[in-house]
Amino acid sequence: MSQAVPTPDLVALRRGIRRRVLFDKLFSLFGWACLAVGLLTLAALLVDLAVDGLPHLRWDFFTSFPSRKAERAGILSAWVGTVAVMIVTGMAAIPLGVAAAVYLEEYGSRNWVNDIIEISVTNLAGVPSIVFGLLALGFFIYAMDLGRSVLTGGLTLAILVLPIVIVATREALRAVPFGVREAAFALGATKWQTVWHHVLPYSLGGVATGVIIALARAIGETAPLITIGALTYIAFLPTSPIQSQPPFVSFQWTDDPFTVLPIQMFNWISRPGDDFQGNAAAAGLVLLVMTLMMNGGAIWLRYRLRKRIRW
Amino acid sequence: MVAEAPVVTHGSPSGGGPRGRGLSRPGARLRWWSERVIEAGLLLAALSSIGITIAILYVLVSESVAFFRVVSIVDFLTDTMWMPLFDDARFGILPLLAGTLLSSGVGLAVAVPIGLTSALYLSEFAAPRTREIIKPFLEMLAGVPTVVYGYFALLFVTPLLQRWLFPDLPGFNILSPGLVIGIMIIPYVSSVSEDAMRAVPMELREAAFAMGATRVEVAVRVVLPAALSGVAAAFALGMSRAVGETMVVAIAAGQQPNLTLDPREPAATITAYIVQVALGDLPHGSIGYLSIFAAGLTLMLMTLVFNVAAWLLRRRFREAY
Repeated sequence: MSQAVPTPDLVALRRGIRRRVLFDKLFSLFGWACLAVGLLTLAALLVDLAVDGLPHLRWDFFTSFPSRKAERAGILSAWVGTVAVMIVTGMAAIPLGVAAAVYLEEYGSRNWVNDIIEISVTNLAGVPSIVFGLLALGFFIYAMDLGRSVLTGGLTLAILVLPIVIVATREALRAVPFGVREAAFALGATKWQTVWHHVLPYSLGGVATGVIIALARAIGETAPLITIGALTYIAFLPTSPIQSQPPFVSFQWTDDPFTVLPIQMFNWISRPGDDFQGNAAAAGLVLLVMTLMMNGGAIWLRYRLRKRIRW
Repeated sequence: MVAEAPVVTHGSPSGGGPRGRGLSRPGARLRWWSERVIEAGLLLAALSSIGITIAILYVLVSESVAFFRVVSIVDFLTDTMWMPLFDDARFGILPLLAGTLLSSGVGLAVAVPIGLTSALYLSEFAAPRTREIIKPFLEMLAGVPTVVYGYFALLFVTPLLQRWLFPDLPGFNILSPGLVIGIMIIPYVSSVSEDAMRAVPMELREAAFAMGATRVEVAVRVVLPAALSGVAAAFALGMSRAVGETMVVAIAAGQQPNLTLDPREPAATITAYIVQVALGDLPHGSIGYLSIFAAGLTLMLMTLVFNVAAWLLRRRFREAY
C-alpha cells in the first residue's frame, strides 16, 4: 500500500528552520537599524543646530541687520529677502508650471512635440542646481541685463522648481476621474470651461501640495544664488511695495539687490574664527524649521486628501 | 497609486471651427477663438521647458567654446593641475573630477547599503502603517537645505570623526561631506528602489512563501533580483544627485583642488570650484569667468550620463511586468 517515505532527519530540519528564522529576525533588526541611521541623523542635526543656535534666537535677531559684531548681527534683510524672492518665484513658477501641466494632461496628444516636452521636463528635474545658477549668470544677468536683483534670483529659483510643480500638477490632474470631464462636455462646456471650472478646482489640493514642496525646496537653495553673485552683505531692505506718494504701489523692489537666509548662513559659516557660528546655527535653525514645517504641511495635506476624497 | 485616466485626445467638443455647430448663438465665435488662444498659451507654457533646456545648453556650450579657444581640450582633460587664478594658469579638470568622484563615492558607499536595506525593509517587512509613518520622516532628509547639511558636516561630523576615528583628520576633508551627502541621498535611493520592489508581482512572493521561504529569503532572492533594474536606476539617480551636490562640499571640503584618492584629505569638487569663483566676482569674459562654464558643462555631461542611465533602467522595470 503506502510507499515507504524516507523519513527526514527532523532534528536537522528543525535546526535549519530555526537558523533561517533567526536570520530573518536579524535582518529585520538590521533594517530597523538602517532606518534609524537616517532618522537619528535628522534628530542629531536638529539638536546640534538647536544647541548652537537657540541662545542667539532672540527677538532682535529677527529685527537686526547683519553686522561685523556677532552679537548684534541679525537676519532682518535675509528673511525679508527670502520673502521677496519667494513671491517672485511663486508668481512665475505656479502659473507657468500649472499651465504646462494642464497642456500636457488635458490638451496635448501623443505626438513627438509632447514627447520632447516630457523628456525635457524629466531632464530639467535632474539638472544640478548650480547649473541653473550658471544659466542665470549667462542669460538673466549678461544677456538680458536684469542685474543681481530680486527678480533674477526669483526667476532662477522658479526655473529650478518648475519641474516639481509640473509633475505634481500632472499627478493631481490625472487623479480627477474622466467622468467629471465627460459630464461637463455633455452639458456643452468647452474644453477650457471644463478644465477651469471642474478639473482644476478638484485637483487644487494636489497642486497645492506640489507648490508647497517646490517653495520649500526654493527657500533652501543656496548654490544658484551664489553663482549669480547675490551679495552677502546687505544692510538695507528692498524698496517697500507700498508708497505714500501716488501711485502708492511700487515694483522697484524687484530691481533691488538682496540676500536670503541660506546665503546669510553660508556667509556666517565661512567667516574665519567661530564668533559667527552661533549666528549661523540660529539662521540654520530658522531655515530648517521653515522647510520642515512646509514639507510636513505638504505631507499632511496629501494624507488628508487621500483620506477624504473618494470618487 | 493614482489610477491612470485616459488622456483626452479629441479636439474641442464645441465644434470643428468657427463655422461649426452652434454658431447661431451669439458669442460662439468669440468663444471658439478664446479657446484657441488659451490652448496656444498653454502650449507656450509647456514649450518653456524645452526653451529652458536649450538656454542651458546654449549658455554652457557657447561660454565653453570661448574657454576652449584659450585652453586646449587636451590640456583640460589631461593636465593634473587646476590653478586658474595664478599668472601661469593651469586648467586640468582631473583634480576637480577626482574630488567630485571621491565625495560622491563616499556618499554612495553610505547611501547604497542603507538606502537599499531601508527599501527592502519598508517594502517586504514593515506593516503598512509603519511604512506610512516612517516614509515621510525619511523623505524629510531630502528636504533639509544643503547649506544646513554643510554646517552639520563641518561643525558636527568632522569633529566627531576627529575625536573617535581619525585624530589627525584636517578640519576640511572629503570624508565628512561625503558621509553627509550619503545620508542626504538615502531617500532618493530608497524611494526609487522601493517603487521597483513594490512593482514586483505578488505571485512571485507567494510562490516563494509557499515553498517555505522566510521573508528575508523572499526579499533577497526573489524581490531583489526581480527589481534589479529599478534598484540600479536608484543608484544612478543617487550618483547624479551626489555629483551635483554643491554646498556641503563647498563648506566642508576646503575648496583646494587636490588630485588625491584619499578621502581624508581636503579637496575641491567641480561644484565647489564654481561657488568659489562666483564668490570672487570675476569680470565678465575673463578666463576665470569662462572656466566655470567649462566646469559646469563637464558637470552637466556627467549628471546627464547618470540620469539617462537611470531613465533607461527605470523604463525597463516598468515594462517588465
